Amino acid sequence: MIRWSEIRQYPSAIVGLAIIFGFILLALYAVITIPYSEALERWRGGEAVVENNPRNARPTWVNWFNQENLPPTLILDSRELPETAISYTTISDDIEEKVITMSFDYEYASFVPELTFFIEADFIEKQPFVEIFWVTPNGEEIRAGEVTPGGQEIYRPTQDDRVMRRVEANSAEVGFFLDPSLAEPTPQKGTYQVRLVGLIFEEESDFEAKLVMYGAVHGIAGTDHLRRDISVALLWGTPIAMAFGLVAALVITAANMIIAATSVWYGGWVDSAIQRVTDVNLILPGLPLLILIGTLYSRSIWVILGMVIALNIFGGGVKTYRSIFLQTRELPYIEAAQAYGAGSRRIIFRYLIPRVIPLVIPALVTSVPAFVFTEATLALLGLGDPVLPTWGKVIENARSQGALFNGYYYWMLEPAVLMMLVGVGFSLVGFALDRIFNPKLREI
Amino acid sequence: MAVAPIEPSKELADVEQASTKARNDTVFRLSKYILRRILAAIATVTVGVYLTVLIANMGGALDDIRRAVIQEEIANFVAIQALEDPALKAMSQEQRNEMVAQQVALAEKRFGLDQPFAIRSFRALGSAMTLNLGFADNMTSDSGSRLIRNIILERLPATLVLMGTGLLMLFFLTLFGGLALSRRYGSWLDKAIIGLAPTSAAPSWFYALFFIVIFAALLNWLPFGGMVSAPPPETTWGYAKSLAFHMIIPVGAIVINAVFSGIYSQRTFFLAFASEDYVDMAKAKGLPDNLVERRYILRPTLPPIITSFAFVLLALWGGSIVLETVMNWPGLGNTYGQAIGQFDTAVIISLTVLDAYLLTFTLLILDIMYAIVDPRVRVGEGSSGR
Repeated sequence: MIRWSEIRQYPSAIVGLAIIFGFILLALYAVITIPYSEALERWRGGEAVVENNPRNARPTWVNWFNQENLPPTLILDSRELPETAISYTTISDDIEEKVITMSFDYEYASFVPELTFFIEADFIEKQPFVEIFWVTPNGEEIRAGEVTPGGQEIYRPTQDDRVMRRVEANSAEVGFFLDPSLAEPTPQKGTYQVRLVGLIFEEESDFEAKLVMYGAVHGIAGTDHLRRDISVALLWGTPIAMAFGLVAALVITAANMIIAATSVWYGGWVDSAIQRVTDVNLILPGLPLLILIGTLYSRSIWVILGMVIALNIFGGGVKTYRSIFLQTRELPYIEAAQAYGAGSRRIIFRYLIPRVIPLVIPALVTSVPAFVFTEATLALLGLGDPVLPTWGKVIENARSQGALFNGYYYWMLEPAVLMMLVGVGFSLVGFALDRIFNPKLREI
Repeated sequence: MAVAPIEPSKELADVEQASTKARNDTVFRLSKYILRRILAAIATVTVGVYLTVLIANMGGALDDIRRAVIQEEIANFVAIQALEDPALKAMSQEQRNEMVAQQVALAEKRFGLDQPFAIRSFRALGSAMTLNLGFADNMTSDSGSRLIRNIILERLPATLVLMGTGLLMLFFLTLFGGLALSRRYGSWLDKAIIGLAPTSAAPSWFYALFFIVIFAALLNWLPFGGMVSAPPPETTWGYAKSLAFHMIIPVGAIVINAVFSGIYSQRTFFLAFASEDYVDMAKAKGLPDNLVERRYILRPTLPPIITSFAFVLLALWGGSIVLETVMNWPGLGNTYGQAIGQFDTAVIISLTVLDAYLLTFTLLILDIMYAIVDPRVRVGEGSSGR
């Protein structure tokens, strides 16, 4: 029915097909690499999932456009350090000293946004006592805090008054990195050393420490206000958007076509009844009804998909296709079919509908993005699916958190650009198909 | 050549009579058509609103909430009264519970909650149809009223200003853009507009987001949202200036959203009608170009233009809900967003009913305009104009 050589005449169609194909690959990749339950888990967030993720970090690729790099997240874990970085000294019969020396290179243009120690202690009665020392590249040593970890301890130096009195800055993150030789607050570059000196009071007792310096950049898509990796939502939003758009467009077009063909073929009261229903459907406020359903019943994307379909079964398409079928009905081949005794159903499904499919396919392809945007529209009103990560929800989060106002453009633009690409891809293909199937249009 | 005796008086009278008759005929047909349309519109809006009522009450979600609210209010009231009222204090817990149950039953009867849903749904339909919208659950108008009517009336002007400006600009831009384009069809401009036509798939709020990024966040030329600067300017002129300034992004988004596909479809109509034989005939007669355009192309194109514009308008009503939310525009759409946020179902239902009304009303007006411009309706060649 459609030849490759025909499509090839439209370079725009090739681009569009490439975009659609890319999205399908991306959707498959997402579904295969991140199983459904894991995607939900990672999008739900919570401390266990996003402990190592920074808050509101830009995507890593912003560093390509800057002269000096923004810091990514640096994680130093005593459990992963070489043996030489850890030393034990016996001080008395029951006191042992454990020293963990962590060192790292810091060559970034800006300060670390957030710095946290996770100290895990193992003891029976007496908790270990840990002192933290921060050594800057020029050799200055700052006492960065004392912790008596009871089990899992989270220590943020910037919330410790004693530490804050020792540094000359508003936060420990700035104070620990500040270059004293410069007037402008700039981080010192070079090798830093973090020394944790712990006293252990029991034979079997021990402690381990993890220092997380949350970055200003993270991953390919950055993170949001809940430290969630936006790439999860962008990846998993792809199959959802594709499924939503394609299913809605296919089902609605097919239903419209069948209803229009039935209406035209039977005529009489069937026709006028269908016409009246279509009239009523036309004045039903679609989006407000979806809002009502989302508010009162369910925000599940599949319920919403069902409602979008239900609200459009008797939609405007019925009127358009009806006018086409009215002409088709008069063609001789229909009469011939009747003459050899074809039943009504056979005529509708085998003779009428196949005839208009070429006219309908371009419209179908072009209508896919509209449904993708419908999902985003609902999400933007706070009626997005409660558990699934979707593009619309990312945009909604970004908007409600004032992403544009605070300069987190990536947060809003990444899903928006994806949606725009979907729009462009399907439009280009639909447009070319329209020209191929309906040669009359080529003249106008 | 003998000049026939002229009987001006009789002939003129005949002609006049005929034309009056024709005019009366036209008026009669027009009013019959319009009346039929109004009746059809009332019928469709009734069915539409009834469906809205049904959806809103399906599963009794709303009534369960209302019953729970009544129960809680009365129980609380009695509990507080019992602290002061000695007669209540003397009652045992059972007696008190019984009294609460009685009062709840009374209140439910007062709100009609004791009747079967079928009857209640028709009563709800009645009050919705007469725009007897009742009270909001949680929201208040800026002046402090709980009446939904007041909340809506307060917000309506903002929406009308925004939508009205956007629609007017769209109408003239697409009309003249389409005309201009049909004159130089095949040019690079024509191809560019055709290429841009699919941009309408994205809703207006989508463009508003990009405009905010560019003009508000990066360039800092325009405000991020809102309707006037805070505090509002005191002079009328200053207020108007501030309003216009805040309207640039949302109106721009409305226009960008629909203008290319609008121009494209308008141009196609013009081209289709320009290739009719009678246009060639008119040109052959040597009529000036602008006359041909006005009388032979523009006029017959008006009905399809109005139809296509009607669909733009319907899409805009829907799209405005989110556009206003995104732009923080204090109109009806934004009220929707707030009502969702505060879970104020009464307001959501009222707004939905109002939307159904607005849609019907828009279609009705377009139908009537259609009747006036479409000669087939006027002359009575059947009213299957739509």
